[in-house]
Amino acid sequence: MQNREILPPPMLRIGPLRWLKDNLFSTRYNALLTFLAVVFLYLTLHPTLEWVLWHARWDAIPANLKLFLVGIYPMKDVWRVWVCVYWILLLLGLSGGLWGRLAREAALIVGSGAILLLLLPFSWMERLWILGAVLGLFGGLSIGWLLRERKSWRKDVIILWALSPLIVVLFLGGLPNNPLLSPVGTNQWGGLMLTFMLAIVGIASSFPLGVLLALGRQSSLPVIRWISILYIEVVRGVPLITVIFMTSIMLPLFLPAQVRVDQALRAMVAFALFTSAYIAENVRGGLQAVPRGQIEAAKAVGLSGMLTTFFIVLPQALRVVIPANVGQFISLFKDTALVFVASLLDLFGMAKSILANPDWLGRDREVLLFIAFVYWLFTYFLSRMSRRLEKALGVGER
Amino acid sequence: MDCVETRMSDPIIVAEDVHKWFGNFHVLRGVHLTVSRGEVLVICGPSGSGKSTFIRIINRLEEHQRGRIAVDGIELTNDLRNIEAIRREIGMVFQQFNLFPHLTVFENITLAPIWARKVKRSDAEKQALELLERVGIPEQAQKYPGQLSGGQQQRVAIARALAMQPKIMLFDEPTSALDPEMIKEVLDVMGELAASGMTMIVITHEMGFAREVADRIAFFDEGRIVEAAAPVDFFTAPEHERTKLFLSQILHH
Repeated sequence: MQNREILPPPMLRIGPLRWLKDNLFSTRYNALLTFLAVVFLYLTLHPTLEWVLWHARWDAIPANLKLFLVGIYPMKDVWRVWVCVYWILLLLGLSGGLWGRLAREAALIVGSGAILLLLLPFSWMERLWILGAVLGLFGGLSIGWLLRERKSWRKDVIILWALSPLIVVLFLGGLPNNPLLSPVGTNQWGGLMLTFMLAIVGIASSFPLGVLLALGRQSSLPVIRWISILYIEVVRGVPLITVIFMTSIMLPLFLPAQVRVDQALRAMVAFALFTSAYIAENVRGGLQAVPRGQIEAAKAVGLSGMLTTFFIVLPQALRVVIPANVGQFISLFKDTALVFVASLLDLFGMAKSILANPDWLGRDREVLLFIAFVYWLFTYFLSRMSRRLEKALGVGER
Repeated sequence: MDCVETRMSDPIIVAEDVHKWFGNFHVLRGVHLTVSRGEVLVICGPSGSGKSTFIRIINRLEEHQRGRIAVDGIELTNDLRNIEAIRREIGMVFQQFNLFPHLTVFENITLAPIWARKVKRSDAEKQALELLERVGIPEQAQKYPGQLSGGQQQRVAIARALAMQPKIMLFDEPTSALDPEMIKEVLDVMGELAASGMTMIVITHEMGFAREVADRIAFFDEGRIVEAAAPVDFFTAPEHERTKLFLSQILHH
């Protein structure tokens, strides 16, 4: 062949009509299915939309917005919640500027969400708070962007992230005998704020625990292996709601009377213990997927067993199980609704108690639809981030 | 066994009557071998003859069940300190490269020196650059293994093993998984390494390489070294029937 010209690939242009024909009406059978689907969608969506737009009485949502968001947290102290929100958003912005696309996308999504909130009919005071949050996020983003070449800032931001739990607990919980930060017990924490706290603490503590259990299950020391297997199998064999019951109601019966463990903390422990068993099984799958040759190569260059696990096995194993683990975390986020059995008023618990209020009788559909939408919003954000994470870590995949 | 006697002095690997079973399968049936410092030994033989198992025993990726092996005066036992000391002295290159896919080429090479030999990071990085220079791919340092060709990956694997500054290098069929046009670039690096005085044990069926580079060729069959001789003698006057048959099969295809 003499012709060495490089030919461009053939262009494919598909017009909308052609697309319809190819995808919806390619055969008679397909056309029938398309027709049936349209009828079905009309029959279901039409009354739903009509109800949502015209008949539903959404007034229960704005009237109780504060309860949905922070529960019965004292009104005069709500600024402390905002301080925590600002802190987190500022850090998110900084990270988005300093790190690559993943953190930036997270920051941008949250930022645009906050801007959308500004469009909703809030009072001016509330809008001012939200505006502050938007400014904090984008301010952080710009500062981070300007400093992105200086790698040392990344370490500082990580330290600030690590300090966050302390700051949040300090501001939300307060200090004894402090007029500015008067103590607010966790029994007054509630709403979406409590849901977040339960989920974040649950995720942050179940993950390392799960990884340790997975490693324990593969340990060459029989005692560690048996304990891990026993723990995993027992926890996976009981319903979550019983674990919450155990930690919230049964546990105090076994502890001496003067030892009082905080109710919210007990629920967090329950979630961490429960989820860690599932994480452990996910991670075990990942550990088994790491080829033997990797471990042999690590041994051959003189890495000890611990270094091999830390540098070679875990990074590869954890990457494989991101989708499974994120699935587990999403399910944990939604399962936080079960804390109503421990008489905690998270987003769902708050909704229930609002519905029990005679003023809002009969608004079940509106209220439940609203909180379902809120749950969906955050779980969708999580699963989107997980897909991005998989892509970002996919570099150099074999 | 007189045939495995070495002509050079100063042995660095001494194996005596090494046996190994996989379940009921008797893989190694009494291997005797002495390798001298600076010697290049090529091992060949049919698949399943135990040659791969034998070199994996030398750096304790497998355990032998009878006999004794000493590497540079250290006896191979279950003592963890001995195993780690021996692995620091021995570099190994695998058929499937076994590079760490989640680390860059640079990190693949510097990881073990920094964490297992406690070399300063800057020194380890300087050494990594020199090694990449030596294997001829300094421009690939920031890439991931998956972005390299097979030949380049195997050269990175050689650089990674050399970064621990081993006294002995083991090669387990280093070119068997490569496309034909990449075999030479890897063999060239190995030849250069041999010329620099490295002690090497190479399992390979590249007879051209064996003829040019090896000091000695050992032929494995059914868990034993049947014959070991200098390349000239090995190719022109093999003593055993099995060796003759193997050579006729491998040289005439």
